[in-house]
Amino acid sequence: MKKRIGVYICQCGSNISDYVDVEKVNEIVAREQAVALSKITMFACADSAQNEIIEDIEKQKLDAIVVASCSPKLHLFTFRNVAQRAGLNPYNYIQVNLREQCSWAHSDNPPKATEKAIKLVMAGIERAKYSQALAPISIPSVNSVVVVGAGIGGMRAAIELADMGSEVFLLEREYFVGGRSSQWNELFTTNETGREVISRLYKTIMEYNNITLFTGAEIESKSGSVGNFDIKVKIKPRHVKPDCKLDWDKFKKAVEVCPVEFDDPFNFGLTKQKAIYKNFPSEFPEIPAIDVEHCTKCMKCSDICSDIDLNQKEEVLNLNAGSILLTTGASPYEPKEGEFGYKKIDNVITLQQLKRLIELRPDVLTYHNKKIQNVAFIYCVGSRQVDGENRYCSRYCCTSAIHTAIMLKENYKKINNFHFTRGVRTYGKQEILYNKSSKQGDIFFQSFDDSPTEVISVNGQTIVKIKDILTTDKELEVVADLVVLVTGMVPRQNNSINKILKVPIGRDKFYNEIHPKLRPVETVIDGVLIAGSCQAPLNITESVKSALSASSKVNSLISKGEIELEPTLAEIDDESCTWCDKCQSVCPYNAIDIKEEEGKSIAVIIESNCKGCGICLPVCPSNSIQLIGYSDVEIESMIDVLAC
Amino acid sequence: MEEVITAPKILVFSTEKISDPAIDLAGLLKKHYPPTVYTINIPCSSAVKSRWVLHAFEAGFDGVFIAADGTDCAYSETCTERTGELVKKTHELMKDRNIDPIRLKMAAICSVCSEPFVKHMKNFVAALSN
Repeated sequence: MKKRIGVYICQCGSNISDYVDVEKVNEIVAREQAVALSKITMFACADSAQNEIIEDIEKQKLDAIVVASCSPKLHLFTFRNVAQRAGLNPYNYIQVNLREQCSWAHSDNPPKATEKAIKLVMAGIERAKYSQALAPISIPSVNSVVVVGAGIGGMRAAIELADMGSEVFLLEREYFVGGRSSQWNELFTTNETGREVISRLYKTIMEYNNITLFTGAEIESKSGSVGNFDIKVKIKPRHVKPDCKLDWDKFKKAVEVCPVEFDDPFNFGLTKQKAIYKNFPSEFPEIPAIDVEHCTKCMKCSDICSDIDLNQKEEVLNLNAGSILLTTGASPYEPKEGEFGYKKIDNVITLQQLKRLIELRPDVLTYHNKKIQNVAFIYCVGSRQVDGENRYCSRYCCTSAIHTAIMLKENYKKINNFHFTRGVRTYGKQEILYNKSSKQGDIFFQSFDDSPTEVISVNGQTIVKIKDILTTDKELEVVADLVVLVTGMVPRQNNSINKILKVPIGRDKFYNEIHPKLRPVETVIDGVLIAGSCQAPLNITESVKSALSASSKVNSLISKGEIELEPTLAEIDDESCTWCDKCQSVCPYNAIDIKEEEGKSIAVIIESNCKGCGICLPVCPSNSIQLIGYSDVEIESMIDVLAC
Repeated sequence: MEEVITAPKILVFSTEKISDPAIDLAGLLKKHYPPTVYTINIPCSSAVKSRWVLHAFEAGFDGVFIAADGTDCAYSETCTERTGELVKKTHELMKDRNIDPIRLKMAAICSVCSEPFVKHMKNFVAALSN
């Protein structure tokens, strides 16, 4: 039993100490006999604090340490390394979750949070007393990864991973790659179009033998765990033969005869789409697709084009991967009916629609057959909402609106841009665009949250009104030919994959990383990582950086061929075991065998097979099985402390 | 002298990979639940021993809640069934000791089930208070 335990109570800045009286906790735990020292730290994870712990372990000859701080999901390995650096076995370190499961959970009741904190730390000390010196176990890992989402981030990650030697399965739910970026024209800062970037990435992907791209593909189920996931993937039929050599004229005729017509999602409803489609000639993969949800199988297209095969069936593939990387992207916010006149006043559109409109009307900018001269951009629609759900800033939209306004002036004559902002956030290099638009004569207004911009229709005119704080609260009006709602980003609406993967979702409804700075692309689900705008609103540059970061992390996880796991193994008490086979019958890993010892049959653990799940524990009638780290004495001593 | 009323104490057995992240998420989202709820995490909900549950009641806990892995269990497809069996067996042992079986509850809590967890805790505390 450990007798010289060091206890460190972290304030986590004020995340813990705002709600938990850490002085009181420290005072009480310091009285414990096995506690050699007890300290309060501002940030236990800081380098200086880590060095202090190392010094304490060495000088005070500590035989175990307890750090009461954040969730072990965040810093377990940080402090295990601290222990190791000081010559202490890393498994003689116990982390107590004082933040997520105490100070934050009970921020409404600080006295009770303090009471609970004392008990949690005391329970941690009990666990530390019985902690054993252990060595991690290794399991084999497959050096392959499933990347979900073939937008720019996913494609870039696939290339990076393939470059580092992993087998990559790139899944795209749509029939074509590129995601949202394929809908955008020129991009800042390179002036490349979204399509050019995608085209370049697609061609690079095709050069790699270790990347397999599946379109129309969705994960149907997942089993196994990090290092060895078994993933079932459902592939929708494309209804066009894979070896089709596209004859563009025939394809156009097939599109013409298709009787199905619906709002084109690619152009955000500005045009109509047919069931057989390809959004633009250079879209990849090169062959068109038939939208199975809308196709009525009238066969008119197949009469024209012999490469169309309406008898293709859905396929299910089994993939084996060591890790899963989610790059599923985000969607633009869809304003509610009536929000700044959307769908009530006919010349109110979204920024995404305007971007498509510019491409659809290259010569003269018109909307509903009316020539556009005055364009009013209304910022922060669906972002920084005071009353709505989306309290966050979508970050990309100020820059995107200003970039689009510059394109309007460059592409068309006599355009006047009016920006109704709540403060412009064109950070970093994007400030260049803000400067350029100001110089070209764009007019910027600004309002506070409590006095939002209004859009009204008066006698056939659309008027945008603002109480402008830049002109000392003057009430100003602009008659607009086109009102553009600068909408933010929201998580993908159809997020069926998360019903399978169960990645935690944050307050903003995007996927939640373990820590935004310390573990920014990892999730609490071991082996499942996230990158790009499925995690938070990000622009393309930021998404790619995040994808590269996640690729490195995936590589470091699976490329070694083995993954270190906790040495949590079952142990048999030879004396009390009388072999009844119940443990063997429930073990999912064939990790229990029978052996003869001193004239009796007893169970034996096959350590290479044991995963430390503990399923065998409760079925043993003689209580002869203990799980290392979760023995009766450890659990019951913790219960005793927590109950008192 | 005024009687001090304290909320029932609940011991939660959470699982490291599935339900404990949901409990962390509840804290992160500042979804409050009674501070008399204490958590001990274990690898899998099928590993809870009846003796731990009985020990918790003897030590003074009013309720025990097994935040089970359910069908998300990374260890075994039979986890739901196994956890169900151990709860049933423990209920029998509780009856033998005149402990009301209502004091042991089990529900599947997935890694994003922060809201259901908080709801379960509030309901369990309310049920035990009655």
